[in-house]
Amino acid sequence: MEKLQSSFKNMVLSLVVICMVAAGALAGVYILTLEVINAQKTAKQQAAILAVLPEGAEIGEAETVNGLTVYRATLNGEPAGAAVETIENGFGGPQKIMVGFDNEGKIINYEILEHQETPGLGDKIDQWFKNADKPSQNIIGRQATGMFVVSKDGGDVDAITAATISSRAFLKAINNAYAAFKGGEVEAHTGASQLQPAEPSDTSDNNEKEEVL
Amino acid sequence: MSNALKTFTNGLLKENPTFVLVLGMCPTLATTTSAINGMSMGLATLFVLVCSNIVISLLKNLIPDKVRIPAFIVVIATFVTLVQLAMQAYLPAIYDVLGLFIPLIVVNCIVLGRAEAFAAKNSVGLSALDGIGMGLGFTCALTILGAIRELLGTGACFGFQLFPDNYGALVFVLAPGAFIALAYLMVIINKLQKK
Repeated sequence: MEKLQSSFKNMVLSLVVICMVAAGALAGVYILTLEVINAQKTAKQQAAILAVLPEGAEIGEAETVNGLTVYRATLNGEPAGAAVETIENGFGGPQKIMVGFDNEGKIINYEILEHQETPGLGDKIDQWFKNADKPSQNIIGRQATGMFVVSKDGGDVDAITAATISSRAFLKAINNAYAAFKGGEVEAHTGASQLQPAEPSDTSDNNEKEEVL
Repeated sequence: MSNALKTFTNGLLKENPTFVLVLGMCPTLATTTSAINGMSMGLATLFVLVCSNIVISLLKNLIPDKVRIPAFIVVIATFVTLVQLAMQAYLPAIYDVLGLFIPLIVVNCIVLGRAEAFAAKNSVGLSALDGIGMGLGFTCALTILGAIRELLGTGACFGFQLFPDNYGALVFVLAPGAFIALAYLMVIINKLQKK
């Protein structure tokens, strides 16, 4: 078959046909995958909620407090804490975290939903704060007060080595989540900036490599 | 037959997209933080390459010369979006890692380059073979690069821990390590090819 000449009519016709076929194919696949994609998203979120709540808990109504979504939970008909989806800007971008509290406000567990922290440094937030062997960095099982602060800023939670900014953001997100859990009564603590650092206590594993990266 | 074989191996060795043509550096450097990420990116590109090569080769006489680039881009972008939707639906874990880079396959020079330099001039069969060869060459390059960076950076390979994490050189997981590892790989490939 001869190659089509580059006349105006041919050019318009061929592009229109190609674009229409492409649009049709995309629309078809979009419709086909839409349900699966939405199901995946919901499943991921549900799994995260269940992971941070007591075993066997049922997820109740979602409510919005201070702009954060709070999922109250029930266990055998009794209130059993809540899961809070919280977000805070970290070092590389927003950290989206699901954190679970029991009725008294003790932290049950947390899951990182999304983050853009530096691989190998800040991205350790997904495990660092739930290490039961290291009480100085573990927050699981601790009573949340909305006042978690990294030890460098005078608080009592050890920051991730070389990722202080990521750690500060993480704790701030947890503090905001606790405020939302309490129904917004507790004023969201704005993190380290308000606390005077007790003493410049630079230990060797707490230097701010991340800031100069 | 020899012609077909030559077309196929061309992309694997003699004109390897990454090590010899040095095309598509953005995904090469950005997604090879681990072997599995590199391989997934390579396979996604392979799929797009083969499909776009076949379609463009079929349509080559229906596309007037003056509008060939926009026509090619529409074809390529369609397949990339199909891959993106399919990945999001069926491989969400890999999509989470590669998410941002999948749409960028559209502007990957290899895909348009092969459409322009090969598929627009050759038969469907040869174009498909060229796509497979080039795609495999790209996949192999990305997998090797990813494996090296993962091993040196975290002490693991395809997720299997070979030595403790703490002994890894973190720089290899970060961007500079990609340049360093790629440069050394290119030196080795050039050396081997000269022989």
